[in-house]
Amino acid sequence: MDFDPVLLARLQFAFTIIFHIIFPSFTIGLSAYIATLGAMWMHSGNDHYQHLMRFWTKIFSVSFAMGVVSGIVLSYQFGTNWSRFSVAVGNVVGPSIGYEVLSAFFLEATFLGVLLFGFNRVPPWLYVLSAAIVAIGTAISAFWILSANSWMQTPNGHELRGGVAYPADWLGVIFNPSFPYRFAHMLNAAYLTTGFVVLAVGARYVIAGRYIEEGRTMLRMAIGLTAILAPLQLLLGDQHGLNTLKHQPIKVAAMEAHWDGSKPGDFHIFAWPDEKAAENRFAISIPRGASLILTHHMNGLFPGLNSVSASERPPVTIVFFSFRIMLAIGLFMIAAALLGAFLWWRGTLFDTRWYLRLMAQCWWIGFVAVIAGWVVTECGRQPWIVHGVLRTADATSPVTGATIAGTLALFVIAYGVVFSFGIYYINRLIAQGPTGPAAEEPGHFSANPISAAHEAGRTAVGRT
Amino acid sequence: MEWYLPVIWAALIGTAVVMYVILDGFDLGIGILFPFARNESERDQMMRSVAPFWDGNETWLVLGGGGLWVAFPRAYAVVMPALYLPVIVMLLALVFRGVAFEFRTVSRSKTWLNVAFIVGSTLATFAQGVILGGLIQGIQVRDGAFAGGTFDWATPFAFLCGLSLIAGYGLLGATWLAMKTYGPVADRARGQAKVLLLAVLIFMAAVSLWTPLTQPRIAERWFSLPNFYFLWPIPVITALTAYLTWRWIETGREVPPFLATIALFLLGFLGLAISNFPYLVPPSLTVWDTAAAPASQIFMLLGTLLLLPMILGYVGFIYWLFRGKVHEGESYH
Repeated sequence: MDFDPVLLARLQFAFTIIFHIIFPSFTIGLSAYIATLGAMWMHSGNDHYQHLMRFWTKIFSVSFAMGVVSGIVLSYQFGTNWSRFSVAVGNVVGPSIGYEVLSAFFLEATFLGVLLFGFNRVPPWLYVLSAAIVAIGTAISAFWILSANSWMQTPNGHELRGGVAYPADWLGVIFNPSFPYRFAHMLNAAYLTTGFVVLAVGARYVIAGRYIEEGRTMLRMAIGLTAILAPLQLLLGDQHGLNTLKHQPIKVAAMEAHWDGSKPGDFHIFAWPDEKAAENRFAISIPRGASLILTHHMNGLFPGLNSVSASERPPVTIVFFSFRIMLAIGLFMIAAALLGAFLWWRGTLFDTRWYLRLMAQCWWIGFVAVIAGWVVTECGRQPWIVHGVLRTADATSPVTGATIAGTLALFVIAYGVVFSFGIYYINRLIAQGPTGPAAEEPGHFSANPISAAHEAGRTAVGRT
Repeated sequence: MEWYLPVIWAALIGTAVVMYVILDGFDLGIGILFPFARNESERDQMMRSVAPFWDGNETWLVLGGGGLWVAFPRAYAVVMPALYLPVIVMLLALVFRGVAFEFRTVSRSKTWLNVAFIVGSTLATFAQGVILGGLIQGIQVRDGAFAGGTFDWATPFAFLCGLSLIAGYGLLGATWLAMKTYGPVADRARGQAKVLLLAVLIFMAAVSLWTPLTQPRIAERWFSLPNFYFLWPIPVITALTAYLTWRWIETGREVPPFLATIALFLLGFLGLAISNFPYLVPPSLTVWDTAAAPASQIFMLLGTLLLLPMILGYVGFIYWLFRGKVHEGESYH
């Protein structure tokens, strides 16, 4: 049978990495939230925070396990599917991954053990410190992996000899031109993603009248955080976009479906990019909107897709739509967070049922925005795997298409099963609620209204 | 520098692989022994004995694989395509057993998660053995790239190595349980340890005979003079260690059988290293052929020298924190 190994290797990597990124984008933020709850518990002495902390730690452990096992797969795919990538740029990009393992993975895995099983074995300060170390570990991990990815977008600090990249300046490699922007944008995205999950869970409890105090604390903390971070994300995204325009202008042209660089760019609210005809169909546009965003000037010019031949362009449609999905969710987040802050200020947050109902349904929006953003930046880099250095088509392994297709099918089945169960179990943990020490009773489950009311009653009178 | 940097890195990656094999070995071994537990309470006890550690243990696999990628990218680029299927099977098996740890504590019905844990652990172990066997028996290389077929690794020898590792990890798991649990679980583990020790010795002997008989370079390494004068103590010490392991299991000692099993693993690894050094991809690519640029190896070495002692420090701390035996009904999470 004839399979295209390059396309299949790309599909396999896309599938496994999209599956993987769901979990870090949640656990990076969640670990910081857990550490914050721990600090508030230590500071206030209020056990209410400790219950919340341990409740979210259980959810964290389920998602972290899925992140770990799916991440191990990725590190091996560099060899199985992308061996010529490893040979060509391993010298330069390898150490970033090596440092990630040494400085972050062991830290996270070890202190997560303390967090999950050490509550009765360590003093409270060490327990909370472990939570903080896990949170720092996840951020260090993001630092290195985003440095490696950014180097593939904006390679720097290396020299090429015989098609192989050699390091020339390590600081230049690590702090390559797009890294600070991408790191800030992704870290903030992870905190926002978690913020909206916490917001949804808090709203769910307040609506249902269960764990009302815990639910209100979650709502307040989530809205306080997202009301600052959601607008900040717009600013970070804008700066990141300008940096991309400078280093990868064709990616930006694809994001805006901007074909003719000799005219100012419109911002297309909707369009169907026709890649063959090199034009947009059904465009609904804000005239010169893209020029205004990208050059901060009505008549500003920026390169169009027509400035390079069709074989040098990324897949325009997917980049264009993914960017719109990310942007739409980002704007919705700003509106939702600011509205929440307004309602909180007016003192009606907990009684505005329609707002709570809407937010209870929005737990997933951050994940979709993160995935869409990564699709923009990864597909937008094509046809390069390392921009200007190595083409994706030249980076694969000497493995047959059938082998990759077969293992891709295995990944789809396996991840489908694992993911379904993971979501199911996380949902069940949320349904059980933050029950404090009672959570340790085996088989404890409070989905029925009577025991739920009992739980809420216990919480309300402060019994622990 | 061009000469000794790759040797240092080979030693470091060897250390990471040994750490992985011993540490994840005993928790994979728990999965291999899981079918023999009588009830859920016993299975809970077995799982709790490794629950705080498994995640960190598995991280050594990332360090071993990642280290090979960073320090020897050209070896990584040959080995991974050559052993593509066993590597992917191992990873998928680890996915299932890894999530089974966390899902099992949340789920009300444990049956399927027990199955996932058992099958995942056993299959991952078998695949690791096959990977080892596939490496020892040699990989076809042309112009520095893998030049063989999809199923080159699938030989009787590789499958023998797969079964050997199941017995080996099972033995690590059994001696771990004897040390970390008590009651029926520990008693059964001691019985299993004896059977598995015999199996391990038979497999070790089979691999030790098979490799020199089929690989002239390995026969030459061991049996040519003067090498033999220096190498004969290794099988003798191995036999002595095996005898002591047996004695200590018989007399009901708790910690020594586990340590002696680790010693058996170290001796086996030493034997493999002697057979194959300096080849990283037998029989053609050495550590020097496949090394990353010296600048990359030095940069990574500095970080390793700084961070590895810290890692060993806090890994040691967590083993100390969760020292002693697992009590029945001790809370999970």
